[in-house]
Amino acid sequence: MNISIEHYLVLSAVLFVIGAYGVIVRKNLIIVLMSLELMLNSANLAFVAFSRALGDMTGHVFMIMSITVAAAEVAVGLALLVSIYSHRESLDIDILKLLKG
Amino acid sequence: METVVFYVFAALALAGALMVISFKNPVSSALSLVLTLFSTAVLFVLLLAHFVAVIQILVYAGAIMILFLFTVMFLNLKPESFKFESKHLGFKVSALLVILLFVGYFASLGFKKGLFLSNASVSEMEGFGTVQGVGTTLFVDYLLPFELTSILILVAIIGVVIIAKKRAN
Repeated sequence: MNISIEHYLVLSAVLFVIGAYGVIVRKNLIIVLMSLELMLNSANLAFVAFSRALGDMTGHVFMIMSITVAAAEVAVGLALLVSIYSHRESLDIDILKLLKG
Repeated sequence: METVVFYVFAALALAGALMVISFKNPVSSALSLVLTLFSTAVLFVLLLAHFVAVIQILVYAGAIMILFLFTVMFLNLKPESFKFESKHLGFKVSALLVILLFVGYFASLGFKKGLFLSNASVSEMEGFGTVQGVGTTLFVDYLLPFELTSILILVAIIGVVIIAKKRAN
């Protein structure tokens, strides 16, 4: 049996579901950020799979852009996390329900 | 051969993803995420995306994960700070159902459109996924978005510096 693009798309969808579940359910802020990475990574897999199926390298370029965005997001997110931890001594996202600093 | 490699590394990627969201300790989660990202890089090689696979290992599994691990070590977390009371079971089940509903809706839209593409035709295409091919696409067709990316990184650097400075005061 040959592996077709649908296999990759289904894998990408399952990885996306796992990542989204982690973002909603986990309370540790670090693990929420990692689940976000998982979602971005599953989108990258879909980009590259479509790129292969269509014979067009635009998907690869989009994937490089997406990695850049992920790196910027992680840098800012982790800086916020360090700031939150030094204020509140906890990484529980449920303590962040007040807009007051 | 390709089938075996696909199934082995797809299973590894899924196992790593499930471990990311189930471990209590962020360090264990980070190392599981490395497993997922590495397996995805192998799948990129199967998809003839060689340059992107190398980038995935260097930037994602290397730099970004180092950033995560560095932050966890920097915070010097105590074991009791990993213990949160978990959400209710009803909340977990309903969150999973809502996500499955949305993803299933879009997946069914995609499959109804008839996206049954064959991937045999492009396997002989010259320069597909190599550094030269991706570089030509990036610097000829997508030069402006590439330059705009540098502005995004500049904004991120400024933001991080400002956040860190506010903490020091």
